[in-house]
Amino acid sequence: MKTVNQKAWFFVLPVLVLVAFNALIPIMTVVNYSVQETFGDNLFFWQGLDWFQQILQSDRFHAALGRQFLFTGLILAIEIPLGIIIALSMPRKGFWVPVCLVTMALPMLIPWNVVGSMWNIFTLPDIGLLGYFLNHTLGIPYDMTQNPVAAWITVIVMDVWHWTSLVVLLCYAGLVSIPDAYYQAAKIDGASNWSVFRYIQLPKMKTVLTIAVLLRFMDSFNIYTEPFTLTGGGPGNSTTLLSIDLVKIALGQFDLGPAAAMSLIYFAITLLVSWVFYTLMTKNDNT
Amino acid sequence: MKPRYLIPLFYILFLLLPIYWLVAMSFKTTNEILSGFSLFPQTFTLENYAAIFTDPTWYWGYINSILYVSINTVISVAVALPAAYAFSRYRFLGDKHLFFWLLTNRMAPAAVFALPFFQLYSAVGLFDTHLAVALAHCLFNIPLAVWILEGFMGGVPKELDETAYVDGYSFPRFFVQIFLPTIKAGVGVTAFFCFMFSWVELLLAKTLTAVEAKPIAAVMTRTASSAGYELGLLAAAGTLTIIPGAIVIYFVRNYIAKGFALGRV
Repeated sequence: MKTVNQKAWFFVLPVLVLVAFNALIPIMTVVNYSVQETFGDNLFFWQGLDWFQQILQSDRFHAALGRQFLFTGLILAIEIPLGIIIALSMPRKGFWVPVCLVTMALPMLIPWNVVGSMWNIFTLPDIGLLGYFLNHTLGIPYDMTQNPVAAWITVIVMDVWHWTSLVVLLCYAGLVSIPDAYYQAAKIDGASNWSVFRYIQLPKMKTVLTIAVLLRFMDSFNIYTEPFTLTGGGPGNSTTLLSIDLVKIALGQFDLGPAAAMSLIYFAITLLVSWVFYTLMTKNDNT
Repeated sequence: MKPRYLIPLFYILFLLLPIYWLVAMSFKTTNEILSGFSLFPQTFTLENYAAIFTDPTWYWGYINSILYVSINTVISVAVALPAAYAFSRYRFLGDKHLFFWLLTNRMAPAAVFALPFFQLYSAVGLFDTHLAVALAHCLFNIPLAVWILEGFMGGVPKELDETAYVDGYSFPRFFVQIFLPTIKAGVGVTAFFCFMFSWVELLLAKTLTAVEAKPIAAVMTRTASSAGYELGLLAAAGTLTIIPGAIVIYFVRNYIAKGFALGRV
């Protein structure tokens, strides 16, 4: 049992001050913008909830939100099962374990804009390895600057390349914590591979898997730099995800009011979905 | 070799292909890149790297990035240690709400904060300093550090603390001499994660800097747009950004699996 000690607040204070400075002041700035209209020169006019109404009713926002949910949905549907499969088939001990872990972690340590440029170079139709292979060796016409489907596939494959390792490493950490005795008992009972997975490995991975889903949800929902460097949101608006659209409105058109309102709606959606995941996760912790 | 090992093998090949292409391209001349497809560099050249190491805008980009990442890692770990201890050992008013609120900051899209951050750090006179970027990255690194450290500390039995107090240790002495060495793997893993997320983030780093503290990633985007499209140079710069991460990851390779479980397995 944890002891009740209100003095613990002093331990938390530095964290509280630093994070509050970085979180509360900017979010209040956003709230300020979201209810006012400005024409520059620090002149502001009260606008009420007009911007929120405008954003919530705009087709552009609906389209970007739809693309965002499609993207995040696809990412989770591909990366989570793929990560589990790879983690299950990895060796548990020996020389190759650190080799696997280090190479797998490598993509996550590359700055996000470099990831975008790297995939851009990799997929150039005439001089990129993948682009050349598809166009000239297999004869499949592929140009992601022209074809929206190709652009989508490239963005998805890039994210799978970038982040599946996170799921793998999390699941792997869960798997290596299972004592050998569990497997021996299963063997004596004549359990099939599937029941070993279903009744031993999956329950042990539950906590880490929830963390994986939570982190992948948050990060893919907020993704900006990689798709922006890769496709610039194009062709047309086909890969303009929510963040990209937001930056276009805020910095491209300098419509601060609508951009701020959109930010808050965006944040609220992320928060709501994450809260649902978090509640499920802590519920599992107690049982 | 067991057949199931083919799955991680193919996965690793898939991971390495784009990296190989980036590295291969960094050793090609711009002419060779633009003249057509070649799997290996035909005329092996180091001129792209030479260009980077002789141009101060380029190599200062690296120094700037490493500086603010290091400052951020030190700050994040230092303030997260006592906080994580409090969360793992004590119950206090609003502890659960505070913990969740901290985590919500990892959910905030950086794009939302870009403009307000610019105004905030300009207002306090920190714009275009390494400290500004380091402090801004605390927004998502401190919550993460608290989360990971709390997991590791939760794994240390409370009896350790109690025995130390019975033996007459004061709290600071116990924390530094006994507790920290016990969780040093956790501290290493936390530092690794802080380094990683600060190193890869670009949007805030770019927004908060102009000249003096410009990160390498921002130098790259500027070069890509202004100097035409010098792919070789861009590839060499990209290759160099992989190296610090690779070095750091090598040091924590044995703790990495546990670290990714955030100590909670």
